[in-house]
Amino acid sequence: MALSATQVETLEQFDGDKDFTALMSRVRQRDRAAFEELFVHFGPRVKALMLKSGAEHTLAEDIVQDVFMAVWRKADYYLPERGAVSTWIFSIARNARIDRLRRHSSRPYEDIAEMELEAPGLDAEQEFAATERADKVADALVELPDEQRQIIELAYMHDMAQSEIAKRLSLPLGTVKSRMRLAYAKLKQKLEEVR
Amino acid sequence: MTIAHHIDEATLLRYASGDLDEAFLLVVATHLAMCDKCRKAAHEAEELGGEMLFACEPVELSASSLDRLFDRIGSAESPAIAAPPQTRTPHGGLPAPLRRKIGTRLDDIAWRRIAPGVKKHVIETDPATSSSLYMLWVAPGTAMPEHGHGGAEMTLILSGAYRDELGLFGPGDIADLDEHVEHQPRVEEGEPCICLVATESRVRFAGLFGRLVQPFIGI
Repeated sequence: MALSATQVETLEQFDGDKDFTALMSRVRQRDRAAFEELFVHFGPRVKALMLKSGAEHTLAEDIVQDVFMAVWRKADYYLPERGAVSTWIFSIARNARIDRLRRHSSRPYEDIAEMELEAPGLDAEQEFAATERADKVADALVELPDEQRQIIELAYMHDMAQSEIAKRLSLPLGTVKSRMRLAYAKLKQKLEEVR
Repeated sequence: MTIAHHIDEATLLRYASGDLDEAFLLVVATHLAMCDKCRKAAHEAEELGGEMLFACEPVELSASSLDRLFDRIGSAESPAIAAPPQTRTPHGGLPAPLRRKIGTRLDDIAWRRIAPGVKKHVIETDPATSSSLYMLWVAPGTAMPEHGHGGAEMTLILSGAYRDELGLFGPGDIADLDEHVEHQPRVEEGEPCICLVATESRVRFAGLFGRLVQPFIGI
């Protein structure tokens, strides 16, 4: 029985991240078409991230270039069992943001990533759970109360320091921290459903 | 290694979003290198970033950006970087983030004596921030004067142990304290306690003894 257009669309959405995982394994084989596809999806989003973080247009474009150079050169570092492609690209973008916008070294993050590669210590079933995990993270974000999601958004997407967030929202620093803790607790609770 | 004291969840999110300055990042990353549990938790916090990136509203790139990228990829500056081999055996010695700053052995550190039973080694960090990063060597049985903090403070134990109001802190344990905490650590008998400390601003010691040692300790 043929699937309806809506069903196909639903399936594609569901498998959205799995597709990126497949693209990444082709990028590892130096497949430029796969790399282009990855760039077409994530490039404009990395640019959005840099603009929100305060980079002006030209710098944001330059950072996008650097991020995707790293994606290409370090494709071997991506492990599907470590999670979604989006998480890996986010961490590369975050590191570039630290190096270029905050102007200190993101090297400690790379040390930790390399440690993970050297001694992964992961259970085999986690590989199959990558897509499911991404869905749970999305659920957690949707279910967060606005006051928590807003803080997470300002921290991750707008590169605001905890103290700047407190000032912007006229909240005591302790309140910002406790909302961050609550948001993490929700995330953890959702991810535990995967196991 | 059994680690009993971990990173605060709010700090985990700051790590994942990139909000820690160089001094605090070094302490957190060194703890992560020692603590499987927090490393996993930090990765979860990064997944939050991945999802937000995935779901955000894209902004159009300039028309030439794909060509520009392919030009760079085709050039000599872009050889692939091989992932490090999987060894499954942990490195001996100091965790990598710290090794870059102080070398491979705790024994080689050039300590400066700052008070009886207390030695300090300052690690250079970004002068643009007000945070400082240093290592402390404290002799067995030494009690540090009671002190509060003008800002956040993180202490990671590398060897030896101390005890304070919050419990026993041994190798790998981190005290992730905010400005409201006052404590009086006492190093356990037997061996010196060596720790890595990041502070947001100068620590304020309480009491007369504190005021006397403050200029010497300078922390």
